[in-house]
Amino acid sequence: MPVMNMIQALNSGMDVLLERDEDVVAFGEDAGYFGGVFKTTDGLQAKYGADRVFDTPINEAAIAAMAIGMAARGLKPIAEIQFADYIFPAIDQIVSEMSRIRYRSAGQFTSGCVVRTPWGGGIRGGQTHSMSPEAFFTHVPGVQVVVPSNPYDAKGLLIASLESGDPVIFFEPKRIYNGPFDGVPDKPLSSWAKHPKGEVPDGHYTVPLGKADIVREGEACTVVTYGTLVHVAEAAAEASGIDAEIIDLRTLVPYDIETIAKSVNKTGRVVVAHEAPRTSGFGAELAAQIQEECFYALEAPVFRLTGWDTPYPHAHEWAYFPTRDRFARAMKTVTEAA
Amino acid sequence: MAARKSTSRSKATKPKSSVSKDQLLDWYRDMLLIRRFEEKAGQLYGMGLIAGFCHLYIGQEAVVVGVQGALEEGDQVITGYRDHGHMLATGMEADGVMAELTGRAGGYSKGKGGSMHMFSRDKQFFGGHGIVGAQVPIGAGLAFADKYKENGKISATYFGDGAANQGQVYETFNMAKLWDLPVLFIIENNQYAMGTSVQRASSETHLYKRGISFGIPGEEVDGMDVVAVYEAAKKAADHARAGKGPYILEMKTYRYRGHSMSDPAKYRTRDEVNSYRDTKDPIELAKAKILDAGWADEDTLKGFDKEAKTIAAASADFAQDSPEPDPSELWTDVLVEG
Ligand SMILES: Cc1ncc(C[n+]2csc(CCOP(=O)(O)OP(=O)(O)O)c2C)c(N)n1
Ligand SMILES: [Mg+2]
Repeated sequence: MPVMNMIQALNSGMDVLLERDEDVVAFGEDAGYFGGVFKTTDGLQAKYGADRVFDTPINEAAIAAMAIGMAARGLKPIAEIQFADYIFPAIDQIVSEMSRIRYRSAGQFTSGCVVRTPWGGGIRGGQTHSMSPEAFFTHVPGVQVVVPSNPYDAKGLLIASLESGDPVIFFEPKRIYNGPFDGVPDKPLSSWAKHPKGEVPDGHYTVPLGKADIVREGEACTVVTYGTLVHVAEAAAEASGIDAEIIDLRTLVPYDIETIAKSVNKTGRVVVAHEAPRTSGFGAELAAQIQEECFYALEAPVFRLTGWDTPYPHAHEWAYFPTRDRFARAMKTVTEAA
Repeated sequence: MAARKSTSRSKATKPKSSVSKDQLLDWYRDMLLIRRFEEKAGQLYGMGLIAGFCHLYIGQEAVVVGVQGALEEGDQVITGYRDHGHMLATGMEADGVMAELTGRAGGYSKGKGGSMHMFSRDKQFFGGHGIVGAQVPIGAGLAFADKYKENGKISATYFGDGAANQGQVYETFNMAKLWDLPVLFIIENNQYAMGTSVQRASSETHLYKRGISFGIPGEEVDGMDVVAVYEAAKKAADHARAGKGPYILEMKTYRYRGHSMSDPAKYRTRDEVNSYRDTKDPIELAKAKILDAGWADEDTLKGFDKEAKTIAAASADFAQDSPEPDPSELWTDVLVEG
């Protein structure tokens, strides 16, 4: 089976979608001729033509909104926002229009599309190139939110997202585009070739939305996370020897509370983790839902391991980012709580 | 700028020139300082001392230096992320700018902002903004405050050809003319927004015409010629200061380097770059004017270059010697401390 990094897997996913259905179009700033700043759309304009894979000017509000209009007329747009930090000019259209077309028209129109965007920190990008804005969107009924953590899932989730027929905000953890990251800043990058999920079929397949993945089974505690931190959590379990069960959420809306609850009922101890700031982060939703579902099984308070309530810093990135060592300390805290 | 002596402004010896010997010599030195500073920043980036994103201004020096020549003390400057030149032009110290690039305590934002996000209250420099187009309405807000206070000051609001397509630019144009705000909209048309050329992103490529439907006068300017820039900026500044409202200046210019340090700039030809370097270089053009007028000899100009190199080198030393900010700085300046 071919080995791909996440960029190649996403590229392959778009290739499959464009190939199978003429109604699929892909666009964004530098996404056409240049193939995207991370090269995710590389070669697609050459293959499918500039009518279907094209550059837009720098205007995120209109990029998102054009996707709505296109989708309402039956096209299947894949729109790229160059970095998740630039999605805010588009947020009005996503919140007020994209998310509500189905509801507002009582199902006559839908805005099925995917808004892909590179997301998250760990690249020394500072405050406008490192954000994790997923919680802004998980708070909006009518959009689905997806965060893959490896090449195989990235492609399968991307295809499932566009085929879902409803809008998806698709966050791509750019720190792990080229290889998994174990949360130790100075270590050289490892490659997807060494990871089982670096094997990616060429053709069409889907990874279903709303299904979490247990990436490590364990008894001592449960870790619920997504994106880059899935790998950091695995490294922390390895380094600390704590027998954690690690759940890769994959989809934040809708999220797989069944898998989470089953695990927490078994371990009684749980860490929820994300890079985004703590207050009103997605971890708050997870913690609330876990206590509703598993209150009597809990043996320790739910631990939220998150970025701090500050803008994403330029200096001291590794004091902000939930590194492997911070992860291990969090696991230790919940497992040792009386 | 840092190294400028305040010399008396003697009258030009050549009859047709609108600028004096001292002005042109000052500008020559200012442009050289920006060039040498940026070269040094590029070196530090290559050595891994500057993290994240770093956008060099090389090739565009005449724009900020010429405009600055038309500004008065107390006028404000605001721009995007390609901001090092703007800061040096306002007189901010090379040391503090370079130390911000390396994320050190001695930087203008104490390492919190990095290359794209720096400010100086003292020099009325309002950033440094990583979000494309975001600075444009903010610049109009600065101008609103000037008008409100009737202080005779203006705001120089810079943005790129790519930024010129953001919707908020047009919301701003409308308000700026509606209320006749004292703002100069300076569009630095370096012909590319990352890998996307103006032709591929803009229906109307003459960006100075973008204000027509708002009633804002606009002018195309040779942005490689510091004298032409100064003359246009002076006229526009007088217009704004006289209460006649905003003015658009489209500076035709060119960036020699890639969009950022990580861009190999494969979307344009070497010949295209060389044609600017070889025949339109702003520093060479100014040099030719100086020599032609007999305002200085080669040796004097070489001395200026040495001076600029010394300042740039010293700033690099400062930026490496300045300590990392204290870790507690991560949590400060989010809200007022108390
Ligand atoms: C809202 C937003 N969208 C996209 C980007 C990514 N981006 C950064 S610079 C840039 C190109 C801007 O080009 P231009 O305005 O011409 O300025 P130049 O880089 O040429 O100085 C883009 C697309 C961003 N920083 N912010
Ligand atoms: Mg440009």
